[in-house]
Amino acid sequence: MADIVLDHVTKRYPDGTVAANDINVEIADGEFIILVGPSGCGKSTVLNMIAGLEDISDGELRIGGNRMNERAPKDRDIAMVFQSYALYPHMTVRENMAFPLKIAKMDKAEINRKVEETAMILDLSQHLDRKPANMSGGQRQRVAMGRAIVRNPKAFLMDEPLSNLDAKLRVQMRTMVAKLQQRLSTTTVYVTHDQTEAMTLGDRIVVMRGGVVQQIGSPQHLYDHPANLFVAGFIGSPAMNFLPARLENGALRTALGDLALSDELRRTLEDADAPREAIAGIRPEDFEDAALVEDHVRARGSVFTAEVDVLESMGSDKFVYFKIEGEQAMSEDLADLAADAGTADVPESAGHLVTRFAATSVATEGKRCEVWVDTDKIQVFDPSTGANLTIPRPAPAPSSASRGISATESG
Amino acid sequence: MAIGQARSTGDKSKWAVANTVVLLYALIPVLWILSLSFKPASSITDGNFIPREWTLENYAQVFQVDLFTSALRNSIGIAIIATVLAVIIGTMAAYAVARLRFPGKKLLIGVSLLIAMFPPISLVSPLFDIWRGIGLFDTWPGLIIPYITFALPLAIYTLSAFFREIPWELEKAAKMDGATPLQAFRSVIVPLAAPGVFTTAILVFIFCWNDFLFAISLTSTSASQTATVAIANFTGASEFAEPTGSIAAAAVLLTIPIIVFVLFFQRRIVAGLTSGAVKG
Repeated sequence: MADIVLDHVTKRYPDGTVAANDINVEIADGEFIILVGPSGCGKSTVLNMIAGLEDISDGELRIGGNRMNERAPKDRDIAMVFQSYALYPHMTVRENMAFPLKIAKMDKAEINRKVEETAMILDLSQHLDRKPANMSGGQRQRVAMGRAIVRNPKAFLMDEPLSNLDAKLRVQMRTMVAKLQQRLSTTTVYVTHDQTEAMTLGDRIVVMRGGVVQQIGSPQHLYDHPANLFVAGFIGSPAMNFLPARLENGALRTALGDLALSDELRRTLEDADAPREAIAGIRPEDFEDAALVEDHVRARGSVFTAEVDVLESMGSDKFVYFKIEGEQAMSEDLADLAADAGTADVPESAGHLVTRFAATSVATEGKRCEVWVDTDKIQVFDPSTGANLTIPRPAPAPSSASRGISATESG
Repeated sequence: MAIGQARSTGDKSKWAVANTVVLLYALIPVLWILSLSFKPASSITDGNFIPREWTLENYAQVFQVDLFTSALRNSIGIAIIATVLAVIIGTMAAYAVARLRFPGKKLLIGVSLLIAMFPPISLVSPLFDIWRGIGLFDTWPGLIIPYITFALPLAIYTLSAFFREIPWELEKAAKMDGATPLQAFRSVIVPLAAPGVFTTAILVFIFCWNDFLFAISLTSTSASQTATVAIANFTGASEFAEPTGSIAAAAVLLTIPIIVFVLFFQRRIVAGLTSGAVKG
C-alpha cells in the first residue's frame, strides 16, 4: 500500500514527440484513479512510466514517498494487468499465478497457499491446472488479475483490462474489479478510453488529451463542471450538445431560440469576461418534453418547438433527436472529439440535437414537439480556448486556462 | 451441389497428382540408393529398381572398415557440438536482433547475411593454411568453428523470426512480476521459442552432418574425418572393384540419424507457438 505522486512528469521521445507533458497527479493510498482519454492521449505512456517500462524524461515519480525514476520495474513492487492479459501460455493457471512468488523465492507451501487463496477470491479454483489456451476471455482476464493480486503489491496498474471482453462480460467484470479494489483497498491506476468505465469505477478521473492533463476530479464533478469543451464532450453518453451561441442582453441567442440565463450564470459569465460569440453546451437530460414539465419548473427554463427527427425508445426513457438549422459549433476541441469518435466522416452526425425525455413522452417522429430546456444547467464555453466560462472563479483566470488546461480539483 | 462436389473431386485429384510428382521427385533417388545398398556386387549394374537378390553384404562390409565407424563417431560428435553451440549463440543474437535497439544492429544483420552468401570454397585454402599454422588442422574444433560460423546466419534469421512472433507484453509482464531480464528470457521467452529453437537445431544439424567441403579439406586422419569424407575414401574389395554397394549402404546409414532427429523433434515444431498468451 502506498501513495503515488507524479511530480511534473514528462515523457519526450528521441524524435522530439512529447507523449506526456508536465503531468502532476497525487494519488492517495488506496485510491482508485482512472486515466481516460482518446487513443494517443498519453494515458498508457503515463501508466508505463509508473510501471517502469518506459523511462521518465523529466520530473519525478514517487511511490510511498521514495523516488522511483531509476528503479527497474521489478524493484517497484507494483503489479500490472495488461490489455492482452499477457498470460504465459506454456504455464498452467497455477504456475502463472505462482510465477511472481517463485521469482520472489517464496517458500513452496506458502506459494501454494497464496495461489489457492487468490484463486478462491477470483473463482478460479477449479481451473488451476488448465492452460490459458483452453480458457475463455473472462477466465483469462481473471487469471491476469490473480497474477497481479497474489503477491499483494503496493499498487495495481491496469491497462485497459476489459477492452477485449464482449459487452455483457465487460459490465460484469467491471463490477468485479470495483469490488475487488474495495476489498483489497490497494492503490489502483486504471487506464481506459471508455468513459463509462471511467465514470463507474473511479474515485477520481484524470482526463488526458495530447499528452496534457485536461482535468482531474471525481466523476460527478467532471460531469457537472467540465473544465473545457473537450472534457464536456468526452464525459457523458450520449454526449453533450454543443451549439454556437451569441451572448446578448443576458440571454443566449442560439438556433433553439433565445435562452434566458439566470442571474447567477450571467454574473459568472461577466466575471469570466466571456466573448460575445460562445459555445453553449447542454446535456441531453437537461431537455424535457414540455408537456411533462410542471408549470413552476417550466418557468425557470426556456421552451422551443422543433420537429422530431428520430426517436429511440430505451424503455426507461426516450432519446429524441432534433435537427437544428444554422451553423454548427466549431472548435479545435470538438474536432478532436469527433475525430476520436469517428463521427467526423459520418454525414449528418453533427447538426443534431440529442435530448432525453421521460418514457411517458408522446413525441412522435416527424411531428413537431415542444421542448423545455433547463437553462440553469447550460454550460458556456469559449470557442477559441475551449475553457468553460460557467465555472465560478474566485481569482482571475489562471494563465493555464489560455492553453485549455484547468487544474480544477475536487476531492 | 453436384457441380461443387465434382469440382472438389477434381481439385482433389489435381492435388493428388501434384503431391505424387513431388514425392517421386524427392524419394526416387533415395529409394534407388536403398535398392543399390541391398544388391550383391554382381547385380549392381543390372538397372533393376527392385533387387533380384537381396544381400546385407554391403552393410557388413561398411562396418568391417574401422575408418567408417570412427568417422561416424566424429560426424555425430562434431555435428552435435556445433549444433548446440550455434543454437545457444544464435538464440541470444536473434533475441537481440528481434527485441533490442543497439548501435550497429543493421551492420550485424548485414554481416551475417554476407557470411551466408559467401562461397565457402573461397575460404577453404586460407583456412587450411591458418588451421595448420595454429594447430587446428585435423581436429574436432577445426571443423566445429567453421560450421558454427556458417550455421549462425541461418540460426539468427530463423530464430529472430520466431522471437518476433512472441508478444512483447509477455516480457513486460515478466518484468512486472519481478523477473530480471535474464529470468524473463529463460523462463518465458525461451520456452515459447522452443519450436523455433528445435527447427533451427535440425537445420543446423543437417548442415553440419552433410558438409563435405570443409570436412575433406580440413581433416586428414580418422582423428577427425567425418562420415561424408569416409564414404568418399571407400575402396572396393580389390583395386579394380567399384565400391558402389558399400557407398550406397553407408549413405543409407548416414540418412538414418537425420530421419530420427527430425521425427523426434517434429511434434515440437508443429506444436502451437503461443496459443493462449494473448486474446484468442
